[in-house]
Amino acid sequence: MKPIHYYRCLRGIVWRESLRFLNQRGRFVAALVRPLVWLVIFAAGFRFVLGVSIIPPYQTYIPYEEYIAPGLIGMIQLFQAMQSTLSMVWDREMGSMRTLLVSPLPRWYLLVSKMVATVAVSVLQAYVFLGIAWFWGIQPPAIGYLTVFPALILSGMMLSALGLFISSAIRQLENFAGVMNFVIFPMFFASSALYPLWTVREANQKLYYICMVNPFTHAVELVRFALYQQFNAEACAVVAGALVVFMTLAILGYDPGRGLIVRRAGAE
Amino acid sequence: MAYCGVTGREAVKGATLDLKTEPANPEALPLAVAGLSHAFGQRQALREVSFELGRGDRTMLLGLNGAGKTTLFSLITRLYNHRSGSIRIFGWEIKKKPSEALARLGVVFQLPTLDPDLTVAQNLFYHAALHGLPRREAAARIKREIERVGLTDRTHEKARTLSGGQRRRVEIARALIHQPKMLLLDEATVGLDIASRQFLLDHVRMLCREEGLAVLWATHLIDEVDSAANVIVLHKGRILAKGPVPEVIRRTNAASIREAFDKLTGEKGE
Repeated sequence: MKPIHYYRCLRGIVWRESLRFLNQRGRFVAALVRPLVWLVIFAAGFRFVLGVSIIPPYQTYIPYEEYIAPGLIGMIQLFQAMQSTLSMVWDREMGSMRTLLVSPLPRWYLLVSKMVATVAVSVLQAYVFLGIAWFWGIQPPAIGYLTVFPALILSGMMLSALGLFISSAIRQLENFAGVMNFVIFPMFFASSALYPLWTVREANQKLYYICMVNPFTHAVELVRFALYQQFNAEACAVVAGALVVFMTLAILGYDPGRGLIVRRAGAE
Repeated sequence: MAYCGVTGREAVKGATLDLKTEPANPEALPLAVAGLSHAFGQRQALREVSFELGRGDRTMLLGLNGAGKTTLFSLITRLYNHRSGSIRIFGWEIKKKPSEALARLGVVFQLPTLDPDLTVAQNLFYHAALHGLPRREAAARIKREIERVGLTDRTHEKARTLSGGQRRRVEIARALIHQPKMLLLDEATVGLDIASRQFLLDHVRMLCREEGLAVLWATHLIDEVDSAANVIVLHKGRILAKGPVPEVIRRTNAASIREAFDKLTGEKGE
């Protein structure tokens, strides 16, 4: 098999994911409205409640809206990854996951391609959000829009690897409600997306530790620092490590020899 | 089983991927299953299943629901691996050389697998990409296959606007885009009206006859089994009979394949 076959396959999977996203206008609008509601309503309401002191990467006092913008980008990526989870489960129920898995290319490659496709869509959403947020006064340095790109790729990959793993483990479509309750909300709220961790530490030491081991916290921090042209090595290492772990679990989950896919087939 | 005069080299050259090597044996059978057993925990889904398909063979895999047909298809398409026995596709063991085997295989699944939000053409281009086909070549093949199933005028419509029968036709067209020499159909006619069913049966017969395609057609509907086909009767994970339909009828001292099936399984078929 030649690299060109791999390339065409990847291109096809990304193309399909983009088409699906663009065709479902409701999904596109919902994906944008969700973080904007948080930015425009939630942040406006809370800016007077929560004080944000000067913490890196910021060099001055910043409005609360500016603080939560990276967290909302993380939210976009988290939802996109989990929606991709939903579509994997949906696909499998519908059977189109089967068409992906009978491709002659190696299964790990098909799964990684699917992740890349998810990330491509989530990065697009993140930039559209940043574009709208600019008019709301969230105006990071121009070069930040460039430096945030690799951070968005890495955090998006990590979250979609998590989504992929979950999709190999859950059996039914209805369980997405469970994914919302047990994955999205805890990951989002137990992180630095909405409040700096020093405030959490003062309030509750245990919660602080939970936030610290939550890879989503580090994804948000990676994006936050990158948006202000700074590199957060610790966040990068944690996100990369989580990516490796989740990707390995996902590939094992779909492994035809020992994966969850085998056990699930037996249960059906 | 009958051969249709297609040589091994001709038969495999249509595979999409530029595989560096041909099968070890160019005369290798499209499908050879030997001593295949599979269990899910305590439940034995397949027991010592062995059969072969020759080029141009049309073989009906007949069994009631729960007979093991879907497990067998899942193993042949490598959704998951088998534990014992072997499955060879044009000589390639699916567990060891999945890419070589899958490149030569077309599949129509029991569940609908078209993306309803994409057009017919987009669905087929996606499949072509999964097999590494260049776009221009894919476009030519898509045009041809869609024409053959009589849906040219629907090419740019969303899949959700098609009827069940039309979607099935698109799925057959899709399964042939990468020019496989073996086609698997898993209960492809379930839920279709009589005309659509007849179209599929006729189309597949034509593919076997004129292109030497080997076909394994799983069904629980006995009236889909005609006397020109081969039949494999699968029941509770075991093969009870296999061979050309008239021969199976004769061996069971029955008057029809329906009677033969009832005698073999001790149950009434549909």
